[in-house]
Amino acid sequence: MSLLELKNVSKIYGELKALDNVSLHVDQGEWVAIMGPSGSGKSTMMNIIGCMDKPTLGEVLLDGVDIAKENSKRLTDIRRDKIGLIFQQFHMVNYLTAVENVMVSQYYHSMPDEKEALEALGRVGLRERARHLPSQLSGGEQQRVCVARALINHPELILADEPTGNLDEANENIVLDLFRQLHREGTTLIVVTHDPEVAEAAQRTIVLEHGRVAREIINENFEA
Amino acid sequence: MKRLSLPLRNLAARPGRTAALIVLTALLAAAVFGGSLIVRSLEGGLDSLESRLGADVIVVPVSAASKSDLQNMLLQGTVGYFYMDSGVLDKVRGMAGVETASPQLFLASLRADCCSIPVQMIGFDRETDFTVTPWMRERYSGDLQDLQVIVGSRVNAAPGTSIKIYGENCKVAARLSETGTGLDTAVYGSMETLRSLLDAARGLGHDLKISGDPDKVISAVYIKVRDGYDAESVANDINLHVRKVKAIRTRSMMSDVSGSLSSIAGIVSVLAAAVWVMGFVVLFVAFSAMTRERKGEFAVLRVIGMTRRALAGMALKEAVLIGAAGALLGIGLSAIVVLPFTALIESRLGLPFLVPEPGRLLLIGALTLAGLVAAVCLASAVGAVRLSRADTADILREGN
Repeated sequence: MSLLELKNVSKIYGELKALDNVSLHVDQGEWVAIMGPSGSGKSTMMNIIGCMDKPTLGEVLLDGVDIAKENSKRLTDIRRDKIGLIFQQFHMVNYLTAVENVMVSQYYHSMPDEKEALEALGRVGLRERARHLPSQLSGGEQQRVCVARALINHPELILADEPTGNLDEANENIVLDLFRQLHREGTTLIVVTHDPEVAEAAQRTIVLEHGRVAREIINENFEA
Repeated sequence: MKRLSLPLRNLAARPGRTAALIVLTALLAAAVFGGSLIVRSLEGGLDSLESRLGADVIVVPVSAASKSDLQNMLLQGTVGYFYMDSGVLDKVRGMAGVETASPQLFLASLRADCCSIPVQMIGFDRETDFTVTPWMRERYSGDLQDLQVIVGSRVNAAPGTSIKIYGENCKVAARLSETGTGLDTAVYGSMETLRSLLDAARGLGHDLKISGDPDKVISAVYIKVRDGYDAESVANDINLHVRKVKAIRTRSMMSDVSGSLSSIAGIVSVLAAAVWVMGFVVLFVAFSAMTRERKGEFAVLRVIGMTRRALAGMALKEAVLIGAAGALLGIGLSAIVVLPFTALIESRLGLPFLVPEPGRLLLIGALTLAGLVAAVCLASAVGAVRLSRADTADILREGN
């Protein structure tokens, strides 16, 4: 069953076609990597799927709803309710503790629940660091807090943009293990990356070039 | 996590920056509240003086110093005295347009063993007075007996006690309400009381420079002009027909005071405006820098579900908190600086100075608070709105 479907999507900035008639679908529970060189359209695609931008042409069906036609307020609602975002830069609110950074996501979704937020931090191995400020956490720990924040509202889709780009190998493995765990639990994952090792962890890799889907690679060695 | 906790947590996380913004806002509030307080107090003092004098024309001896002596006595509480023959009173009463004419007798007590306190003493005629009696009635309903006095609000003598003037014990019957003028440091008694004190002063060898019969002198005649007559014309007539006196229109004396007040109010307003312009520019720059610095945080909040309106609202809440804290601090500080030193300000400015009543003070404070909060919100609004419209994804991708 398809969770996300892009139909002939283009994003045009003046003369530049950042995305050029792209079509793809992602099934519920699937783990997809998006790769490509700089300027291939990865970021534009991530922005559109993440409800942070709208295409110039085409349809983007997320859980059956064409988000290309929604207004800014509605896109905020969809992003909040259905998508968990993870970025290369960790982007924590620097005056809130780790657990509060998770709870603030609950606050805008439904209702803050500290116990649940602590459980989410426990899941990423940071239960003991819950009361620490971002400045007291390492980069890897901050990224794990961001993963916990993305998970806390049980989104249908986790959208991660270079999630391991700023991490050392040990922390990269921790994050990838978390993604494997999420995948096993049925969460849909789309990971934008330039790192072949990260892409190889996914079931399927879509390679973008010049705003178009150049090829798709199915990972025969994928371990669920 | 309550709705207000994010703005509060952000402000608490940067105590240095928050304190600097609050101090700057406090400076603006102090400029506005202090400036308004001073201008309103000067206006209040002028109104109070005008109503307390109650006369249209005041007649004093023609000597060059008597007009300025009277003005200093009324405005600054400088003690003074001058005398003229009481025959002036009958002549003035006979002039066309004079409805009521009431004499007053002035005497200055000394900073010496003979006197408890150095004050201006004013004797009024119990039969004809229309300037002191109405104010006295607010505090004392009886008739003043010989050697019984009422004191101005700043005279350090409580009702029921006695003060010694030229060796005579004068019983204090009441204390008048504050006027913010030199009259607050005066002591009032009947003409008979003043004549007794005059005799006592002379008996102690004090030279009062009285020419003529000391028992028949007065210092001033307060005149109320009959309806239909012009005070200016009545004063001119007196100056023309009564020798050795100067008739002064109360309003002309007031216009001198009013002119000084306008100058001071102008200077205060220009200074307050300059502080505001500079302060507002600094606030604007500070808030713009603060919002730029927090781009990443705002973008994260947008991504996790905060709407643009909620984001702008959060920035405005922080501005309201800073504005309110700064305004309250500035208002409090300027009140502490101005209110206990009204007498000093009055003597330094040489103008009547009457602090507005508490209700009006609260109103000025509330308007200052509202103005400050609005100004700080305005200073922060541009950055907040600009940021709420920024491309969230680009900010997060930039990593700042």
